[in-house]
Amino acid sequence: MSARLATYGRLIDRTSKLDFTFDGKPMMGFEGDTLASALLANDQMLVGRSFKYHRPRGVVASGAEEPNALVNLGEGARFEPNQRATTTELFGGLAARSQNHWPTLEFDVGQVNSYLARFLPAGFYYKMFMYPRSFWKHVYEPFIRQSAGLGQPPKERDADTYEHFHVHTDVVVAGGGVAGLIAAKAAAQSGARVLVLEQNAHWGGRAPVDGGRIDDWPTDGFVERLVKELEGMANVTLRARCMVSGLYDHGYVLGYERVSDHVPGAEGPRHRLWRIRAKQVIVATGAIERPLAFAGNDVPGVMLASAMRDYLVNWGVAAGERVIVATNNDDAYRTAITLKKAGVEVLRILDARETGGGALMEEARRLGIRIDCGRAVGKVTGGKRVKAVQICAHQGAGGALEEVACDAVAMSGGWSPAVHLWSHCGGKLTWDDTAAMFRPDESRAPTGADGKPMAVATGAANGAMTLEAIAADAFAAGRKAAQAAGFKLKRASAVKADPAPESAIEPVWMMPARARVGLRAKAWLDYQNDVKVSDVQLAAREGYESVEHTKRYTTLGMATDQGKLSNINGLAVLADTLGAAIPAVGTTTFRPPYTPISMGAIGGEARGEVFQPLRRTPMYDWHAAHGADWEPVGQWRRPFAYVQGGEDVHQAVNREVKNVRQGVGLLDVSTLGKLLVKGPDAGRFLDMLYTNMMSTLKPGKCRYGLMCNENGFLIDDGVVARIDEETFLCHTTTGGADRIHAHMEEWLQTEWWDWKVYTANLTEQFAQIAVVGPKARQVLEKLGGMDLSKEALPFMDWKDGAIGNFQARVFRISFSGELSFEIAVPASQGLAFWETLMEAGREFGIMPYGTEALHVLRAEKGFIMIGDETDGTVIPQDLGLGWAISKKKDDYLGKRAQERSFMASPDRWKLVGLETTDGSVLPDGAYAVAEGSNANGQRNTQGRVTSTYYSPTLGRGIAMGLVHRGPDRMGEVIEFPGTDGKTYSAKIVDPVVYDKDGEKQNV
Amino acid sequence: MLILECPYCGVKADETELSAGGEAHLKRFGPGADDESFEGYLFARENPKGVHFERWRHSYGCGKWFHAARNTATLEVYGTYPAQVSVPPKDILKTISAAVPGWRWRDLG
Repeated sequence: MSARLATYGRLIDRTSKLDFTFDGKPMMGFEGDTLASALLANDQMLVGRSFKYHRPRGVVASGAEEPNALVNLGEGARFEPNQRATTTELFGGLAARSQNHWPTLEFDVGQVNSYLARFLPAGFYYKMFMYPRSFWKHVYEPFIRQSAGLGQPPKERDADTYEHFHVHTDVVVAGGGVAGLIAAKAAAQSGARVLVLEQNAHWGGRAPVDGGRIDDWPTDGFVERLVKELEGMANVTLRARCMVSGLYDHGYVLGYERVSDHVPGAEGPRHRLWRIRAKQVIVATGAIERPLAFAGNDVPGVMLASAMRDYLVNWGVAAGERVIVATNNDDAYRTAITLKKAGVEVLRILDARETGGGALMEEARRLGIRIDCGRAVGKVTGGKRVKAVQICAHQGAGGALEEVACDAVAMSGGWSPAVHLWSHCGGKLTWDDTAAMFRPDESRAPTGADGKPMAVATGAANGAMTLEAIAADAFAAGRKAAQAAGFKLKRASAVKADPAPESAIEPVWMMPARARVGLRAKAWLDYQNDVKVSDVQLAAREGYESVEHTKRYTTLGMATDQGKLSNINGLAVLADTLGAAIPAVGTTTFRPPYTPISMGAIGGEARGEVFQPLRRTPMYDWHAAHGADWEPVGQWRRPFAYVQGGEDVHQAVNREVKNVRQGVGLLDVSTLGKLLVKGPDAGRFLDMLYTNMMSTLKPGKCRYGLMCNENGFLIDDGVVARIDEETFLCHTTTGGADRIHAHMEEWLQTEWWDWKVYTANLTEQFAQIAVVGPKARQVLEKLGGMDLSKEALPFMDWKDGAIGNFQARVFRISFSGELSFEIAVPASQGLAFWETLMEAGREFGIMPYGTEALHVLRAEKGFIMIGDETDGTVIPQDLGLGWAISKKKDDYLGKRAQERSFMASPDRWKLVGLETTDGSVLPDGAYAVAEGSNANGQRNTQGRVTSTYYSPTLGRGIAMGLVHRGPDRMGEVIEFPGTDGKTYSAKIVDPVVYDKDGEKQNV
Repeated sequence: MLILECPYCGVKADETELSAGGEAHLKRFGPGADDESFEGYLFARENPKGVHFERWRHSYGCGKWFHAARNTATLEVYGTYPAQVSVPPKDILKTISAAVPGWRWRDLG
């Protein structure tokens, strides 16, 4: 069993006890524990179930690489799935639940998959869920969805807050182990600003656990002094609990600081995302120990040798009482020696190397530990915890020579430098055959804007595996980074660690070396996604020779741990099966983040009300106070309708429409884009932008215009008013103001840069109000001022003048078919003008109306709306707008595109009105079906609904749609199946259903 | 997250201040152009692993369009220059030739 010892535990405070629960079971730990160390201290070996086979799994690592110990953490608004127990600091009241089992962790029905394992090989999903095709949607997909995922999604809104930090610095040091700290000081001595980020809560990394001496100090004392010294340097910033999550273009670094995960509910943000620009990045991210691939290497109690050492030294926890150590290198001897010194029984060291190790082996032997060279683990027996190890010859097929009962196994397959950051932005790796590892290739570093290296790898991350090598490498790396960041180096004394030579590793990718098939099928590579040696070999046999393909076929390295333990072993097995060299097979691509970071941190402050800026018109507060039911339009909020008394929103819309048709309504159109285009070439410029001829427009007149992109598709529409010879005011759609202004600037700056034209976006400078309805003129005339008669200001004219006490610009334009005045006043006057109009209009029954009434009114008139009738594939000719396309112009944006054969084809879907045979309202977006079906067995289509409303004017549904050869098929009835199971029949009619001759707007 | 220096306002702009505008130095083909020329203008784009010429706009800065000559593989930036030219400036071409001997991009190089 695993248990807490009375001694050891450099990181825990035994005077501070913390209560917590695991699956509801009360447990106790100490301040300084991780959840994993506390679970082990409570003999909780079994912590979860694996993804595919639901195998019992225990803690295997002690840090960010942990694949098994993922838990649901917290409750309610602080619930979070898939939290690594090894990097979760313990706090009082912590509540963790294990994942991926039913009904309980101890008894899991899903484990039946484990017995079916031979029927669930690599690529199972691709093979099983292919046929018959009809099963895809309703049989296979629900099944796959059911079994996907480990934890549960949170149900409540996150109670915590998050924030972003923006930082510029000279050097970022990723990793606060001895290498990172030494490098930081060496860089800082030049005067460079240095930011040191460490993912754990404590400094020094593995060194204090592994021992040794630096500059005549024991490693822990050296680290303590060095941290203190760095803290005292004005140009150095240190942050613990802050992981460098990724390295990106031009020295952009993301840091992920877990500010208060260990004190939930504390004031301030929970996580902080550091958005850093650095001139140089020192990658001092250490190395990750590799598991050994032997049968039963996933039984709870089998652990990385380094992790077992960590639990003992850092947290005073022994992973077992009787331990067997399996290794192919010297480092695992440190674990055996440490355990032995702490009083744990070390039954055997199985060293796959025929000749064993060096000085560390001698030390272990002196302590009385039995060492078997050339021996291997044939198989670990046990279900929910280790029972025994069958020992075999390493150079064999796994025939057991002996079975030894034990309760824990420490394994070490060697170390892989954590090269993730180095690789994120293009740094390349080299295979070191002697050390059996991929390490950063200094000559192919990630490069910055100047084409020079922007990162320096150092320490274990650079393949330096002894303390002596690490200290020397880190000192040099710090100076190199400072110099590359543009700083002059000063004289400084090098850092020296005592030499402790180790004998060479012997690569072991499978244990024993010629393991028989039954053992290979129980030798795990990827714990979290349940990928075994036999799966990778099967993939190779089935032709998946590229490591990227094998990864996807077997899911090796695709779990939340991204293969930190499995990738190198997996690709080595692949290389071996293919008979290729490891560097020839290569690695999969390392992508950020290093470990998963919270969505909250990515979002930062941008949520709720500050998710994006809200644009308000000058009359916004008035609308809100008068029952506005808001509709988001771009970043604006516009009233959808003004709900009064006991009516619902649809009744409000109907009332507003009728009131405009019969009396007078008021619409806030301030959001419409108002772009000023000015200059000697303004007319020429607008002739290129609009499909119509704008240069012939007379000052004082308005013209409706269409804009297309170079691909011929309609992108915006609106009324253009000519102010004077050189000046035009272009109205755009609400959503189009910024986009069309940018469109104008793009063409002016990049194509016609010699044309004399300026543009300005005046959208927010003016409040604009549409006074609409047969009584509109009466309301305005009551206020006095300029002459608004038909003769003085006819339809499609505009004029500056006074209305009451307001300086106004009045446009006689109409988007409703009624008599309409769109009146612009300075934005600061908007609210006063609106209230004045409401007051003056009271005797005429004036009412405000919203965007939905606007839509109904324009649809009754057959007016198109950008975004409804257009979707980026529609040309003006499709919409019956040929009259707005000048035949006289040689060129305009989109003209050449519209000449293409399929644009001119009569077979296009074209705009028509649709009248349901029973007067009902067509479903929005519904498709009209045609005879026959397509290659996917779906009904052929011949059109779709683009706008559909209930028309209170006509007392029935009205709609517009795009229909194949529509205008040639007037009177024909076509069918629209709805998603409600009903089929709607509609007659093809003229899209204009109200005042076709336009008499009402022209009075 | 690139940093590009806006040649108009001199700001070393973070990518979040900029909008990408695709390939630079396209020649416009309008009415009267044959199908092949028009297709090339509208759709055919270079997608090199290496030297590339791009359009960028300093959208959240001075609003100006400019061009960047950079390497899509190494992320090296050879220079930025105003958009009101139809060919890259000579000094930038020289810089590229020094960094990537034998480079080709459309009919440049």
